[in-house]
This record gives sequence, structure tokens and C-alpha cells, in this order.
Amino acid sequence: MTVVVGYSADQFGHAAVEHGAREALARGERLVVVNASTGQKLVDSRFAPDEEIRTLTAGLEAQGLEVEIRHDVVADVADAVLDAARETGARLIVVGIRKRTPVGKLIMGSVAQRVILDADCPVLAVKP
Amino acid sequence: MELLLEGFQSALTPTNLLFAVIGVLLGTSVGVLPGIGPAMTVAMLLPVTYSVGVDSAIIMFAGIYYGGMYGGSTTSILLNTPGESSSVVTAIEGNKMAKRGRAAQALATAAIGSFVAGTIGTALLALLAPTVADVVVKLGAPSYFAIMLLALFMVTAVLGASKLRGFISLFLGLTIAIVGTATGQARLTFGQPLLADGIDVVVVAVAIFAIGEALWVAAHLRRKPLEVIPVGRPWMSKADWGRSWKPWLRGTALGYPLGAVPAGGAETPTFLSYITERKLSKHPEEFGKGAIEGVAGPEAANNASAAGTLTALLAIGLPTTATAAVMLLALRGYGLQPGPQLFDAEPELVWTLIASLFVANALLLVINLPMAPIWAKLLQIPRPYLYAGILFFASLGAYSVNFEAFDLGLLLAFGLLGLTMRRFALPVLPLIIGVILGPELEEQVTTALTISQGDVSTLWSEPVAIVVYALMVVLLLLMVLTGLRKPPATAAPTGSEPSDPSEPSDIEKQEVPR
Repeated sequence: MTVVVGYSADQFGHAAVEHGAREALARGERLVVVNASTGQKLVDSRFAPDEEIRTLTAGLEAQGLEVEIRHDVVADVADAVLDAARETGARLIVVGIRKRTPVGKLIMGSVAQRVILDADCPVLAVKP
Repeated sequence: MELLLEGFQSALTPTNLLFAVIGVLLGTSVGVLPGIGPAMTVAMLLPVTYSVGVDSAIIMFAGIYYGGMYGGSTTSILLNTPGESSSVVTAIEGNKMAKRGRAAQALATAAIGSFVAGTIGTALLALLAPTVADVVVKLGAPSYFAIMLLALFMVTAVLGASKLRGFISLFLGLTIAIVGTATGQARLTFGQPLLADGIDVVVVAVAIFAIGEALWVAAHLRRKPLEVIPVGRPWMSKADWGRSWKPWLRGTALGYPLGAVPAGGAETPTFLSYITERKLSKHPEEFGKGAIEGVAGPEAANNASAAGTLTALLAIGLPTTATAAVMLLALRGYGLQPGPQLFDAEPELVWTLIASLFVANALLLVINLPMAPIWAKLLQIPRPYLYAGILFFASLGAYSVNFEAFDLGLLLAFGLLGLTMRRFALPVLPLIIGVILGPELEEQVTTALTISQGDVSTLWSEPVAIVVYALMVVLLLLMVLTGLRKPPATAAPTGSEPSDPSEPSDIEKQEVPR
């Protein structure tokens, strides 16, 4: 049984990890952090550098958590989070959500929205 | 001088200034984005020439050419992936500097060096091009034929690691050039009436540069995102200035002449400049760890080579790089023949172009120095959108040449050829130069033989022609000699020595590392 966190290398991701870690500690469950990119952009600011992932893992483990990191280039980021949740039997998924304009919603898909709609377990949406 | 001032007058009219701004913005963008270069951009914009005046179009294209040289360095320094083949060398030291927290200084020395070299190079162009044109205009058809043959030979044999691949590419180009009934008989038309007029070079250029490249990227779309090094506004300390100005000047001295020579391009002078700086540096221990000289020299060299390339294009009508080749197409689209006659026939146009180069250079410094971090944001565009757009505009451009659906079929066929060539590391430049110079070559040799009434010896009747042929023989002998001496060395698994100047063009072909 796990808590899955959809992590992006920004303040929204940090908020999600923070809440996810708290939940995992309280429930005594494993924490799965998913940080993925479709690899379509040459530079993806939400995809964390290896260095950042190492410090993040170290920080979480210092809190006494059992952490699993999925740091990969995938076909679809939302699917990567959902797959991780299904494979590890997640009790909870935590995602960071951001303020979006109507036009922004029209043009760009939302990973958080797809996770919330398609997940088989409760989803906790947090803001920084 | 008076002509140049008049040129400035027409270059600074609002319309032309607007086109210069569009050109430098576009040029910098395509320079920043790896895989998209000025040659592809100019090829896709060729249809613009139907609705825009010749001076505006040429000014825009020149802005794109110079801008590509500026933009490429930003990607090289911040991402360790060259944005352009001309900035491959910049990545060696530039990215090391950025990793040590000196990205701002690397960007500054690249931009200011580009400006200095571009300005000096353009001044040399203004001084030398008319003189060269005066000499070249006196040459007869046999000499012209010899010079073009030399250009084809050098582009094919000197550039690139593999001579065989170069010649395959060249003959593919010449074959495409033969198609049609220009000589009276139908050649390679396969009974297809639509091929009787020959294959439009614009279609070939757009297909090879845009479609081939887009298909190649589509085949390698998913990649681990690269880390971009965050940077503020570029600036340099006094010590950096002190270490930069000599490499700038040396880079210019290397870049300008090599840009004007076929096979010079931008890769060879940037690489030579890097080697020179490494030898002359007072801080040799810094090389490999981020020496500012290693950024300043090559960046100056690539901009100076752009000016050199334009000298050869305007004064002789000889394209020495892919971008120059496509610009030649644009000029031909207006019924103008670049070459020595152009200075007499269209002095206003030529001097407007030269003046606009100065203007573009100044604009580029202004938009690149404070805005480098903003340009780096372009790298976040999802590539499927980018390449869908490129495919769309490429098809539109190819279709608008003749409004013939058949051209779209040709576009796709040559696009696949372009993809195959990339797959097997065949250089593109010999093909495109072959397509462009092929018909000209034929025309010159026909003219020469008509005048001499079929006497073949006329081909070596002029002193210039003899010198050129002698040069070709010497080059050929050198190649054979190094080829004979090389085999034991090439037995090593890497094949090419690290000091091989053709190596940067190989790195280019790998596109994005990892």
C-alpha cells in the first residue's frame, strides 16, 4: 500500500511532495514519487535534474520514509502517475494544481485533471 | 562610399527596417533551436519573394543568416547542444564556462565578438566585393567553368569526413539538376510532361532542408529533456574584455577568408580558431575547463565567415554554404543573377544589402545581449507543434511555387531522400550546390564550346582556368597522399584524428547528444 505523488520540479510539485510525505508518514505507508516528461520539449522545466531527485530522496528518507522514485521519459505523464498508482496499489494520489486561465485550459492539457478524473483511489489536490 | 551611404538611406526606410527586424528575430530563433537552421528558414520563406520587393526580401534573408550565427551560441553555451553547426566548437568551452557559473560572460563575449567580427567582415565585404567583381567580370566562360568545377570539387571533397559520401551527394544533386528538356532532348523525364520543365530547385531545397529534417526529428522525438543552465543578463568584467579582444580579431581574420572559399563554411574556421586560441592562450590550463578565449574566437569566426560567404555570393555568384545557396535561389527568383554583373546592373540593391548587414548586426547585438535568457525559453516549445508548423509551411511553400499538386509529391519524395541522407550521414551541401550549379556548369561549358566551335582545348585556353585546374590537381594529389599515409592510422577504432577539422560537421549530424 502506497501514497503516490505526481511531482514536477516547481513550487506545485514541492507542495505535493510535502503533503504526500505527511500523509505517508501518518498512514505508515510507502511513498512513490513520479517525475516524468514526454521528452517532446528539448528543455522541460518540470522534469527534475538527477541532482534534485537525489537531494529530494535523501530529504524524504531522512524523515524515516520508504521512498520509491520513478524518474523517466514516458508517453504520457498522467498515465505514468496512474500506472504507478495501480501497480503499487495506492491508497492516495497527491497532485499539485495551479491556477489556469480559460484559454490556457483550452490549449494545454492538464495532467492533474486527468489524474483526478481517471484515478481509482482518492486524489488529494494541493496548492502551494 | 557614396553608394554605401545611399544604401544606408534605403536600408533605413521603415519598411526595410521592419524586414531587417523580422529577419534578425527569426534568425536568432532558428539559431537557438537545434535542428532548425537559417538555410531551412530561408528555403521555407522563398515564397515570400513573390509578394515582397527584392530589397526587403534580401534584407530579411541576410538578417536571418547573421541571426542564426548569433542564436546558435546561446544554445551551445546554456545547453551543451549546438544550436547551429557553426556553434559546435563554442559548446566545448562555452558550456564549461556556464557550468562554472560564468554563463553571463560566455554569452557576452559571444554576442560582442559576433558583433565585432560581423562589422569588420561586412566592412571587408563592402571594400573587397566590388574589386573582386571587377576582376571576375573579365573572365570568360572557360574560367567560369573551371571555378565552378573547383567549387563543386572542394565542397564535396574537402568538407565532411567521407569523400565517398560527399561525391554520392554531389552526383545525386547533379542528377536532379539534369531533369528536364532545357537542352532540347528530354532527360530523365520518364515521359512525364510535368517533369519537362525540370524540377524546381525551391522544391528540392525545401524538401531536403525542411521535410527531411522534420522527418528525422519525428523519428527521434522522445528524448530525455536536457538541463538548461539558468543565467541572468550577460556582462563582462574588464579582465574578460582583455582576454577577449584578441581572439575576436584573430577569429575574424580566420573566418572571413575561409567563409569566402568554397568548403570553408563556418565549421572549418571556427574549429581552426579554437585550435589557434588554445595554442596562443596565456591560460592553457583553463582550456577544457571553460576558457573565455575558446568562446570568443570561434564566435567571431563564424560571423566573419558569414560575411565572407556573402562576398563570394555577391561578387562571384558562388554559393559556399547552404544558406548562401538558398539566398542565390531567392535572387534568381527575381530574375537577378548574383555575380560580377550584379554590381553594375543593380548597384542600389547590392549596396542596400551591404548597408542592411551593418544594420542587422547592430540590431542583433541589441536584441541578443540583454535578451539571451528569453531566447533560451524557446527551447521549451514542444517539438511536435514546432515540426507540424514546419511541415505545414514547407508544403505551402512548395505548392505555391507552381500551384501544382505534383510538386507536393516531389516534395515528399525528396523529403524522404533527405531523411535517408541524414540516416546514412550523407552531407546535404554538395547535393544542393550540385542542383544549383549543375545547370550553370552546363551553360558555361556549352557557351565555351559554341564560341570555340566544338574545340575542347578552349576549356584550358585561359590562364585563370589553367591555374584553377592546377589547384585541383594539387588538392587531389594531397588527398591521395594523405589517403596513402593514413591507413595505418585509421586502423584505430575511432577512424578520425581529434584534430580533424571536418569533425564538427560530424557532430552536427548527430543532432542532439544522448
